[in-house]
Amino acid sequence: MMRFSAAAVLAAAVASFDVQVAEAATIFVSNEKDNTVTVIDSETLKIVKTIPTGARPRGMALTPDFKELLVCVGDDNRLDVVDTETLEVVRTLESGPDPELLDVDPKGERIYIANEDEGYVTVLERVSGKVLAEIPVGVEPEGMAVSPDNKFTVATSEQTSMAHFIDNETFKVTANVLVDTRPRVAEFTRDGKLVWVSAEIGGTVAVIDPVSRKIIKKFGFEIPGVRRELIQPMGIRFTKDGKTAFVALSTANRVAVVDVASYAIKDYILVGQRPWHMALSPDGAKLYVANGLTNDMTIVDVATLKPEKSVPVGRLPWGVLVKP
Amino acid sequence: MKRQRLLVLAKSVKSGSAAALVLLGGWLAVAPPAVAIPEAPAEAAPGALVTKVLYVAKRYPEPAPLSLLDKVLTDEGIQGARLAIKENNMTGRLVEQHFELVEVVAKETEDIVPMVKAQLASGQGLIVADLEPSDLLAVADLPEAKGAVIFNVRSSSDELRQQDCRLNVFHVIPNWAMRADALAQYLSWKKWRRWFVVYGTTPGDKEYLAAIRRAAQKFGAKIVLEREYEFDAGSRRTDSGHQQIQTQMPLLTQGAPDYDVIFVSDVGEAFGDYLLFRTYEPRPVVGSQGLQAVAWHRSFEQYAGTQLQNRFEKQAKRFMTERDFTSWLGVRVVGEAVTRTGKNKPNEINAYILSKDFEVAGFKGVGLTFRTWDHQMRQPILLSGPRTLVSISPQDGFLHQKFLTDTMGFDEPETKCRFNK
Repeated sequence: MMRFSAAAVLAAAVASFDVQVAEAATIFVSNEKDNTVTVIDSETLKIVKTIPTGARPRGMALTPDFKELLVCVGDDNRLDVVDTETLEVVRTLESGPDPELLDVDPKGERIYIANEDEGYVTVLERVSGKVLAEIPVGVEPEGMAVSPDNKFTVATSEQTSMAHFIDNETFKVTANVLVDTRPRVAEFTRDGKLVWVSAEIGGTVAVIDPVSRKIIKKFGFEIPGVRRELIQPMGIRFTKDGKTAFVALSTANRVAVVDVASYAIKDYILVGQRPWHMALSPDGAKLYVANGLTNDMTIVDVATLKPEKSVPVGRLPWGVLVKP
Repeated sequence: MKRQRLLVLAKSVKSGSAAALVLLGGWLAVAPPAVAIPEAPAEAAPGALVTKVLYVAKRYPEPAPLSLLDKVLTDEGIQGARLAIKENNMTGRLVEQHFELVEVVAKETEDIVPMVKAQLASGQGLIVADLEPSDLLAVADLPEAKGAVIFNVRSSSDELRQQDCRLNVFHVIPNWAMRADALAQYLSWKKWRRWFVVYGTTPGDKEYLAAIRRAAQKFGAKIVLEREYEFDAGSRRTDSGHQQIQTQMPLLTQGAPDYDVIFVSDVGEAFGDYLLFRTYEPRPVVGSQGLQAVAWHRSFEQYAGTQLQNRFEKQAKRFMTERDFTSWLGVRVVGEAVTRTGKNKPNEINAYILSKDFEVAGFKGVGLTFRTWDHQMRQPILLSGPRTLVSISPQDGFLHQKFLTDTMGFDEPETKCRFNK
């Protein structure tokens, strides 16, 4: 009997291993307090490795070829570059002081970094690490998003409450759009035509048309029984078909589900405490939510909008990304 | 002495942060950027909307801090205002606005009121006031100040929010009642409900005492004993001072009924720090020393507070105090209002900051707004020990129909403020 069940377990393990080879993606979670990045297998949801990084890892970006994971380690004033095969920090890049969030252009040539302490954006050549530009923006820049056509970059500054449009050719700020208090994340819609900016204290999302540089829509959230000041929009992700958006609401402990066409709120998904950043699985079926205060990651099924499971990660998880 | 201070700084900002490097490396040892980053502009661009903020202060005689770890400061408050002007200008240059600080500081022997009167006459109507209550009220009651907007960044006096409230005065700094309530919520959560109150003899000590009594009643705590203590701190540097204090503090605290904490009211810092570790019974100390309720503290770095601490230390070459923070916040309120509305006349600022559209970010995780009934800024309150942040009030479970922060201080039903319009 014992032997039989052991064999069954072994068989099951082999089976799941086969599935892994075919479909498993790799999930990376930055743990602000532990100075680590947790690596999780998307099939088993087990921790594959915990990668030690520099101090205060927060924002992360994957290169378009998925070979490198770039991690902002703010307190060490640099980027740690993780090889996504060996899962080790293989080099570091001078990022300028206190990098918080970053983005990589679609060709993987340049890195755009928000230097939170200093009020500017640093642009690096990815391969050489050469500083191409340092662009003054508002106070406490954070959100960074390179447009899908690679023509411009949107940076948000928390204390100035603006979205800054930076020309990727001239490195000049071409427009400043005032949004609600403490904008934290900028995210382009799947069609690349609009950019959504979340305002943490303001409690709203501003939808900006990059052509006119005007806010075409601003919406907030209302959750019965949750105070307005606890609803603090943070991370934004669009589903693969671009029709639905997820907005993490931080201290409201929920992720809002927004219909992109009508901006109607369709649902609120209860997750862990203080969800900040999120990522979609490569097939778009699952949403991974980093819960800052409960030190875990919630897996949400995108089709049913149900939270399926939570898995422990490191302390104060901040960012999350998925490599196919 | 110097060596010890550096050691403390190193411990306070550990893990190799930029601040630690800057502090220890002669304050300015930041890697030089490859491209020069323009500072916030010192001069207004042509056509920019220029807003002047008047910072008024007086060098009141203040006792030296008891602890040798605290520097004697001569630029407290004003450094925060200067930093906020820079930040307003970093935003302002993007929207054709410019901000200037006009600094008027009276010496200990000078009367600040006529100095402010002259400024008001020349059109300065936006004032950050680092003034004691009598001077603050004298300034607010000047006929020239009728349409002004004055931000109190110094005084915690409850009377300024109650019977002595003024239509043209806004309080950025928390008052005594907010502080005592913030601590009372935490003590209630800890179930430390029996308080032994030790208070000093200055008017400020008596005001905080009244707030402690009020908080005990409001949150169901019991004051088992109140004991007044007169202590002349004298020189803080002595060759053998600790022996006397070691015997004085047990004497002061013996013979009390059973209690959970000592709640000390010594707002001028004459003896409060001496209570720690020296009480007759082994009990924690809260209040003006020990576990303190404050608007700002160096131990606080959440909600991006790190950035403000770093920016301040880079500029001022020292830690940011509460008054630096409230002065910073007063100037930021003006910046926020002008940037949002494009208007900078005092009556326009007044209307906007009392409207429901206004909120300012102050690194507390929620937007900060003003109570319409007494013009007190509602805000979460930090509870900090000497070395680390302990909690932030309001505590979970203390509910309010409108703002959780209105569970601290004077809520609308209990206000005694009647504005004379």
